[in-house]
Amino acid sequence: MKLVNRHTFAWLIVIVISFLAIEGLVSVGILDVFYEMALVQIGINIILGIGLNLIIGVSGQFSLGHAGFMAIGAYSVGIVYLDNPTVTGFFLGVLLGLVLSGVVALLIGIPTLRLKGDYLAIATLGVSEIIRIAITNMKITNGAAGISGIPLFDAIPMRQLVFIFVVIVTIIVVNYVRSSDGRATLSIRENEIAAESMGINTTKYKVMAFVIGAMTASIAGGLYASYFNTIVPTNFNFMKSVDILIIVVFGGIGSFTGTFVAALVLGILNTLLQDVSDLRMIIYSLALIIIMIFKPSGLLGTKEFSFSKLFSKKIKKAKKGGSTDGSVRN
Amino acid sequence: MKKKLGLLLVLSSVLLLGACGKESGSSSDTIKIGANLELSGAVAAYGDAELQGIKLAVKEINADGGIDGKKIELVSKDNKSDTAEAASVATSLATKDKVSAIVGPATSGAVKASIPAVTRAKVPLVTPSGTDDAVTVDAKNKVQEYIFRTCYQDSFQGITLANYASKELSAKSAIIIGDNSSDYAKGLTKSFKKQFSGKIVDEVNFTSGDKDFQAILTKIKNMDFDVIYLPGYYNEAGLIIKQAREMGITQPILGADGFGDAELIKLADAKNVNDVYYTAHFSTKADATDKTKDFIAAFKKEYNKEPSAFNALGYDSVYLIKKAAEDAKSTEPAKITTALAKVKGFEGVTGTMSIDKDHNPEKAAVVVQLTNGEESKATIVEPK
Repeated sequence: MKLVNRHTFAWLIVIVISFLAIEGLVSVGILDVFYEMALVQIGINIILGIGLNLIIGVSGQFSLGHAGFMAIGAYSVGIVYLDNPTVTGFFLGVLLGLVLSGVVALLIGIPTLRLKGDYLAIATLGVSEIIRIAITNMKITNGAAGISGIPLFDAIPMRQLVFIFVVIVTIIVVNYVRSSDGRATLSIRENEIAAESMGINTTKYKVMAFVIGAMTASIAGGLYASYFNTIVPTNFNFMKSVDILIIVVFGGIGSFTGTFVAALVLGILNTLLQDVSDLRMIIYSLALIIIMIFKPSGLLGTKEFSFSKLFSKKIKKAKKGGSTDGSVRN
Repeated sequence: MKKKLGLLLVLSSVLLLGACGKESGSSSDTIKIGANLELSGAVAAYGDAELQGIKLAVKEINADGGIDGKKIELVSKDNKSDTAEAASVATSLATKDKVSAIVGPATSGAVKASIPAVTRAKVPLVTPSGTDDAVTVDAKNKVQEYIFRTCYQDSFQGITLANYASKELSAKSAIIIGDNSSDYAKGLTKSFKKQFSGKIVDEVNFTSGDKDFQAILTKIKNMDFDVIYLPGYYNEAGLIIKQAREMGITQPILGADGFGDAELIKLADAKNVNDVYYTAHFSTKADATDKTKDFIAAFKKEYNKEPSAFNALGYDSVYLIKKAAEDAKSTEPAKITTALAKVKGFEGVTGTMSIDKDHNPEKAAVVVQLTNGEESKATIVEPK
């Protein structure tokens, strides 16, 4: 298969256009500092959501421990980058976070991923609490006071860095799902017994998805640490895991397009509602409840936006002699 | 289709409801003050209490003709007790609402996260209760230009307690029971040791989370000393007080604001809580200034309850900004910042404060005495 075909080219155009659109809006001043901050937060949430969606939506394992891996990434960058405030220092921190979270996820994944459903959720929740409490009690992490004064990554604007990472993480995760390993992982979600009887090493693929998901969370944590300058252990508590879970469920479990849409919608909603301080959480929660009542499978269910589908639809329509206008449908 | 329409309708009405709360832009005869507070989430109790104090202050000032004839317009936003959200709220207050000054957040971590935002926007931030020494100075001990506070910093409590021990309790010697696992306790120990004029007989340590302190208490029981200095939080302090008193150690016990929780008395049993002293930011039993009485009366009238330290500190923060705005004769954030750094002898309800070079208020602390678990006496200790 060619690396560059019609579909990948179309995606490339989408990426470039959205990048230019953001830069354009920033340069004319429509996206000011405040909206930029919201945008960076949305980007970080997309990375977190995609990682968790890989674990929950693709391998079908219910994890409540995403915030723990985010904490590992955040503290790795926090400690290394504070000590060595250069571009190299930042990427060393990210790398350290990737390795650490990968190793921790592997060590934890092998025994716990034998559990199913609620038990797994509780085990992963426990793991993330262990990580948080370890951080609270360690000297190098500065205990409960956390680390402050972490420099802002300034080689390129943070929004661009986050954008680049969103693209990289999405490409890696989506390609994983479409690889043969990814298909094997998907089969576990559909029916674990059937997958096992077809000779698939279910533990291996579950752990694989879990490790990749954990590593993406650590990237998000690293970006978070540098952008917000201050990290405290309570940032990464149980509620953070739930926030990420909400993005995944809201967008549709198993749909990466859904994760994007959900992170955007929730981010925008959160930003707009900042002006009604007392009512905000009530309105936010109401919106969640209403969507879940009307669309129990999330905004997009398991649907995925894809150019190849779009193209084939258009071709079909053209053959039928229907309209061939470029209206976007998924 | 119907379902989709319904969904659309409900969603749009939700958004509309959200949009209703938006305030109109500022005009020349108002001064906007932002509140970036923990109104939901883990420490909502602090944020809510501070907002009550802030609202009362704003109401009083506006009824009194405002600041140089300009009415205060309070823009209050919730940071969900989340540091990232605190940074976002600080940014939105500074850049979108264009406030002249920001009150809050309540916790040190959230204040630290808001520093880059307010520094970029050049808007002063006054925190009512971020007590960490590192809030107003950076890692290189350089002052954070836009960060101020109305509470005293952690290290100051150690100094106050040392003064109190030697002057009020005439203590010549002390034993320190420290917590070597928390920065809070380490900072308090350091400043106490530096200030205390008597002799430090011994220093023993525990780790937060410990439940049994018999070993260290037995060790100090037969030593000769006048007071015990116990910098720590109420969870361990409560148990230490109980075990020490049951063991027959009767010397006074001194602690910092970490004692200020009803749980302390529960853990220690009221009958054991005698001769226990701790620094508080505010007490209804001691009038720190002439304004304290009026504040307590006004607060009771407004909310029908006794004001807490958080209420009082929130209230003082607004008046401190008022004072700075009047000194600067301006509503411009930059001029208010300069004026804030120069405030001298500002009379608040928690004490008379002068802002020092590190942007900490030099003010009196209240030392509360507990007898049988009740607040029996509160003494004002001047900073010296």
